[in-house]
Amino acid sequence: MDARLLAELQKIVGAGNVLHKAEDMLLYEYDGSVEIARPDCVVFPASTEQVVAVVAFAKREQIPLVGRGAGTGLSGGALARHGGILTVFSKMNRILKLDAENQQAVVQPGVVNADLSAAVAHLGLHFAPDPSSQKACTIGGNVSENSGGPHTLAYGVTTNHVLALQAVLPTGELVRIGSSAPDTTGYDLAGLFVGSEGTLALITEITVKLTRLPEETKTLLAIFDRVEDATEAVADMTARGVTPAACEMLDGWSLRAVEAYVHAGYPTDAAAVLLIDVDGLREAAAAQSEQVAEVCSAHHAREVRVAKDSKERDLLWKGRKNAFAAVGRISPSYYVQDGVIPRTKLPATLRRIEEIGNKYGVAIGNIFHAGDGNLHPIVPFDARDKEQFRRAVAASDEIIEFCVSVGGTITGEHGVGMEKDRLMPLMFSEAELDFMKRVREAYNPGGLLNPEKIFPVSKGCGEIHSRPGSRSEASLG
Amino acid sequence: MSTRTDSVLAQLESIVDAGARITAPEKLSGYAIGGVSPAIALQPSSAQEIIEIVKFAAAENLAIVPCGARTKLEMGLPPRKYDIALDLTRMDRIVAYDPGDLTLSVEPGILLRNLHQELGKHSQALPIGAPFMTRATVGGTIASGVDNPMRQFYGTVRDFILGVEFVTGDGVLGKSGGCVVKNVTGYDLHKPMIGSLGTLGILTKINFRTFPAPQSIRGFTAFFSNAQEAAACRDAMASSPLRPLLFEIVSPGAAKLIESSTSATFPGAPNVPPGILSADSWTVLTCFTGGEPVLGRCEAELRRMAEDCGANAFARIGANGAVPELVQAGAIFWRLREFVPIALEASPACTITKISVPPEQIDHALAAVRHATEDHSLPWAAMARGVGVIYVALLPTARDEHAMKCVAEATNRIHADSERLGGHATIPWCPTEWKQSLNIWGPQHGDLALMKKLKSVFDPRGILAPGRFVAGI
Repeated sequence: MDARLLAELQKIVGAGNVLHKAEDMLLYEYDGSVEIARPDCVVFPASTEQVVAVVAFAKREQIPLVGRGAGTGLSGGALARHGGILTVFSKMNRILKLDAENQQAVVQPGVVNADLSAAVAHLGLHFAPDPSSQKACTIGGNVSENSGGPHTLAYGVTTNHVLALQAVLPTGELVRIGSSAPDTTGYDLAGLFVGSEGTLALITEITVKLTRLPEETKTLLAIFDRVEDATEAVADMTARGVTPAACEMLDGWSLRAVEAYVHAGYPTDAAAVLLIDVDGLREAAAAQSEQVAEVCSAHHAREVRVAKDSKERDLLWKGRKNAFAAVGRISPSYYVQDGVIPRTKLPATLRRIEEIGNKYGVAIGNIFHAGDGNLHPIVPFDARDKEQFRRAVAASDEIIEFCVSVGGTITGEHGVGMEKDRLMPLMFSEAELDFMKRVREAYNPGGLLNPEKIFPVSKGCGEIHSRPGSRSEASLG
Repeated sequence: MSTRTDSVLAQLESIVDAGARITAPEKLSGYAIGGVSPAIALQPSSAQEIIEIVKFAAAENLAIVPCGARTKLEMGLPPRKYDIALDLTRMDRIVAYDPGDLTLSVEPGILLRNLHQELGKHSQALPIGAPFMTRATVGGTIASGVDNPMRQFYGTVRDFILGVEFVTGDGVLGKSGGCVVKNVTGYDLHKPMIGSLGTLGILTKINFRTFPAPQSIRGFTAFFSNAQEAAACRDAMASSPLRPLLFEIVSPGAAKLIESSTSATFPGAPNVPPGILSADSWTVLTCFTGGEPVLGRCEAELRRMAEDCGANAFARIGANGAVPELVQAGAIFWRLREFVPIALEASPACTITKISVPPEQIDHALAAVRHATEDHSLPWAAMARGVGVIYVALLPTARDEHAMKCVAEATNRIHADSERLGGHATIPWCPTEWKQSLNIWGPQHGDLALMKKLKSVFDPRGILAPGRFVAGI
């Protein structure tokens, strides 16, 4: 980026808040995905006014602009695919207002997900969406991606917890949408903007709902000798109307990887485990815990362990939340998908994943949100071996195609970004995609904000990048 | 109808069968909005037919108002132009239902009661009860954005619609979401369509997540001498671990209305047994689901909270009656859901104001209603949902200029006070001839330009229900 432009940006956000040297920007070429893209510069605005000024500048100079939180995203949503200015919100990380009575908070986009929950814990509240990266990821990123997490099974995803937004449109207008009271008047624009993957506006303020912490949480670990038994137990729980707060599955391959790293007490000889939370009133959690144990036993669980205290519970969850980091120790690179299937199709889909693994000669691990049918098949590969990488991608694509063929979708919580744009035609016709692009064009004319995301650009899948060790620090899903 | 319109409409013959074209004036009056009938009503049976109708209408510049059972067509402003009523009641199929996955896909014209019946066979439920329940369709319920008491626990349709298919104002078949419980593929276009009164697109398919039907329900009633105490009980509940299925505060006036509504005026509605409501108290009605230990605990805690807040009576609904608990609870919850139709029957000029405030402001909002109405001695009745949504029925005894002025003054104050309390208000129902004088959508905000942009994408020629929505969108 030329000196005149840099000088102008430095004037807006301060000289120390602009990065432009290649070595300084290295970190910002990556996110949690296997993609790489280099911005022309990185800016760190400290206020809404600065964001407005940066947007106005980008618009005037016709420079692409991309928003970014902590860069933990898994689909390349926060990468500057087309270069330009990467706007990082890490300095806008204040909780602006805490309204315990109405169970709401107003936060800046750079507030870290877990920090918000920690800040309101003394009031008996929390921010319910809990991506596995919650210790690092930001609320702004959660809003842009409509993030999920294990407990969204019972509590809903980010969009169910956002009341209102302040945002800067690519045109430079500062707008407020939604309301801190229920049922905003007019079109539900907040509902449209949440999950738009940073392609409609830069979010500068978020009013979120806070949720009361449950009186009691019980964590169960159901251990199975056959994967089918575990998946059938999940399908049966759903069919019987047993609704845990979270229901996660780890298969044998993943269990061994996790146990070697976290020492969570997982059985390494099992074919699969279900990690299940039930919560609510003491009496309700007790009843649900019995129901869950009953269903698991009916499906031949070898053992159903109930965590005896919060220490054991935290350890079991630590295993799950660090599962992907554990995989990173075994394999320098891996490819993770995020398909969703109807829960009745879980047993058949897991069988199909195994067949696909055999067909391509790759080992496929499964660590996922079983309760809502959100799969995360992990295909490890050695990035130095192009053939291995090709097979990993081909196997992943075939899994996704299978998900769609049984009525599912290509992404449950990671977003489309630049990783899955080429898969969008599996879900939407050309006319349907064109219509969505018209919506983008209305708010983001010319696509200057976060260009070439969500919608397919003409290119082959051979262009997917990989890098050794790219996932080893991430704790995904 | 002009000859030009006649000859233009004749061209629709090639798109829709004779049996699905309604032109007889006496039948068309059943589609009237604000006294204005369309030139024709069409009953398409597929998305493809709708696309052709819309393309034709766009080319001929004819305005379309989509509708279902027409129970809520009077909401919003009257359309600026109204040529074609698009009656979707023939599109009433269940497209797919996977009880094991708790997912469902339906066409918009399906009646809520038929859908509930089908779900009931699998011990499942969809918490979209709506006013005019016995006649209402799923599509109309979504397009009108109405809610019901169960939102306390389940949220609104916004929280459990998984995806939709729709036809835009230029005849594009669009799609949003899918039919699985978790999905972030593409824009959530269906969210702004909820409550859009048909101004964005015509729903042709709606996918939902379903819920296990509550196995046992127990209702409770508590009487308070004023609104503050009742609201304090809500606040106490909200900061407790209790999670009721519903929590409703009923004003004395609303209790009177409900008690006087009988199964004679509302066919199929069970009568409300005595002792559940009090015409000289503020009543809190709530109910819980769960096993016996859960229900016992809820009863004990709720009783304590109610008494701490000053309740002068607390009872389990049906505890001492001969009628089984569930039937009694059913009768009263039926009435809570149907509060709007009950109120509309009660006054020649009933005006319903919907107030939304952060929930802790409920008592302030109710006080604002009291102040706004007392100058004109305007009778009113209110039903406040625990989430912060209050339906206020203003009940003038006459439908004349003077009554209109009183109502306009009162609603203007209610608008202003709602905004002051961090919320907003709208007027979903009022006499047609008052619509231009009352500010039915409330004060305008800075996001109007963004809404207009969305409208121009969905309906570039402005032929879908033109003028019904906010600021005449």
